[in-house]
Amino acid sequence: MIIFRLAIRNLRGAGIRTWLNAIALSFAFVAIIFGQGMLQGMNKQAEDASTAFEFGGGQYWQQNYDPYDPLTLEDAHAPVPAALESLARAGEAAPILIVAGSIYPQGRIKPILLKGIDPEQKVLALPTAALADTTEELPILIGSRTAATTGLAVGDQVTVQWRDADGAFDARDGRVVEIMQTSVGTVDIGQIWVPLDKLRNLAGMEGEATLVTLARGTRSLPAVEGWNLRTPAYLLSDLRQMVASKTIGQSIMFTVLFLLAMLAIFDTQVLSVFRRRREIGMLVALGMTRAQVIVMFTLEGALHSIFAALLGIVYAGPLFYYLGRSGFTIPGGDSWGFSLGDKLYPTFTAGLILGTTVLVFVVTTFVSWLPTRKIAKLKPTDALAGRGT
Amino acid sequence: MENGVVISTDKLVRKFKVGRTELVALKEVTLEFRRGEFAGLVGPSGSGKTTLLNIIGTLDSPTSGTAEVLGERVEKLSPVQAASLRSRQIGFIFQTFNLLPVYSAYENVEFPLLLLGLSRSERHKKVTDALEWVGLADRANSKPTQLSGGESQRVAIARAVVKRPELVLADEPTANLDAENSHKILQTMVNLNRDLGTTFLFSTHDEKVIRYLRRKISLVDGRVAADEARDMTDGGDMTQSSSIGIVSQASPDNS
Repeated sequence: MIIFRLAIRNLRGAGIRTWLNAIALSFAFVAIIFGQGMLQGMNKQAEDASTAFEFGGGQYWQQNYDPYDPLTLEDAHAPVPAALESLARAGEAAPILIVAGSIYPQGRIKPILLKGIDPEQKVLALPTAALADTTEELPILIGSRTAATTGLAVGDQVTVQWRDADGAFDARDGRVVEIMQTSVGTVDIGQIWVPLDKLRNLAGMEGEATLVTLARGTRSLPAVEGWNLRTPAYLLSDLRQMVASKTIGQSIMFTVLFLLAMLAIFDTQVLSVFRRRREIGMLVALGMTRAQVIVMFTLEGALHSIFAALLGIVYAGPLFYYLGRSGFTIPGGDSWGFSLGDKLYPTFTAGLILGTTVLVFVVTTFVSWLPTRKIAKLKPTDALAGRGT
Repeated sequence: MENGVVISTDKLVRKFKVGRTELVALKEVTLEFRRGEFAGLVGPSGSGKTTLLNIIGTLDSPTSGTAEVLGERVEKLSPVQAASLRSRQIGFIFQTFNLLPVYSAYENVEFPLLLLGLSRSERHKKVTDALEWVGLADRANSKPTQLSGGESQRVAIARAVVKRPELVLADEPTANLDAENSHKILQTMVNLNRDLGTTFLFSTHDEKVIRYLRRKISLVDGRVAADEARDMTDGGDMTQSSSIGIVSQASPDNS
């Protein structure tokens, strides 16, 4: 306790030097928490959006379905099993039929996926109700990205072509009834949504689906023959890997920033041990052991991280609170590669803040301790004479 | 401590390695000091004064021979035991004052008491008394940079005696002071020695200090060349001293 008080007293006495170090460290501190909070926010937002618009509470895939291989689509459809059909009737699942096709906006061919979905479904956040409230023979729902790349607007007519179950090409004119805004590009880019029954009828795939999306919270069935269960964790794994790759890049930047702050602490400690040789000698002469002196010097360095944390709370606390609630617009939009939306809401969890604080404290303590090892080798008589180290 | 002997050395030798050569700083030094002495090790630079003082202060160990300080064999003390002995019973005064730079005068004097674990009220009383003894009660809040050389050394003296040690070791305490300040400092120490019964041992080649010593041990090339007791009643500076009014507070057996 005495050593702690002495360390505090020394830091207080060091005045501006203490605060400069604490400020530098607090910047690193705040940057790490901010960066990690941003990544956590991205992750959460992307997962929430993907879950809401695409994955729901998991999916059953027809056994031939491989989203990374469009050629499998031809065989990736089958009658919806009774167990899944009853879930769909109860509003706890949404069968989706996927058929490869093309559209011809402004006379140009554009390959797309036709996705049939029940307009009444509530499993996904897609505004499919628009497909029901119309008298159009083939109503089409598209996302804003597809609208932008095709030049289609609500009310536009477009020719849709597909291959039916027998492999025969067929075509029909459809009309865009709704353009949805979604942060999830994978339910938008290169696809059009049409009523499930209509697509089944046009493609000759009555009662069939390519996949069945479960509502969130629905208990998945143990096994459905001919269909593979894909859990939310499985479906989100790509997204998580993408976020992880961003995390690595960010982490390198934060590590560099953190190392710079640590370098400042290390330098301060080296200088401190060098400049305070006489003081070290005097402390030993006054009755402190060298181990106590080492602990005191190390504590002085380590306390910088506590001061930095306190400083950070003062200036970054309100900022983090505001950003967490109001979010902020991030540049780049879709260039991040995953769904983020217009605004990013960083997530600053207690675990993140406490974890970072402990990490910074431990590393700062270690870095503070390194130069003080010299004290153990310093003879008090040399130290008193201003020699050594 | 038999017969009031607080320090005894027997054939004390201290050697240092300087490059490939070996420097013998102390050559079989045998000495005894009794409680309440006001003695000095006198000699030119390199005569071994500071080395002997460091060994007596348990900051260094002899190469051979023995040194017993306040009943403890220096060469057998562990670093922790040595630190404990210094903390409780030995005060140091140095040529360069060695005040802790970020502490006020009060905090510097308080420091040894913090290490002893005294309560705040006890510390306050002792620090206030010590600063009064050295005439610096009004400079308690000053930082070392705000003090003159003489004032700094007086703070160092207060720090050395605040815990009422058995022994105060002063290494060239007046070397950085002018004549007037040297006189004041020495007078203060004489008074403390008389009123507290503290043993003072100096290392010096300063004539101003030598005039105050009641015992002068001359060291030459690491050997004791002379050991003289001096009569201070014949007009020496000691006769000019006056009480500093702390007799009632002094503990003659403050060990």
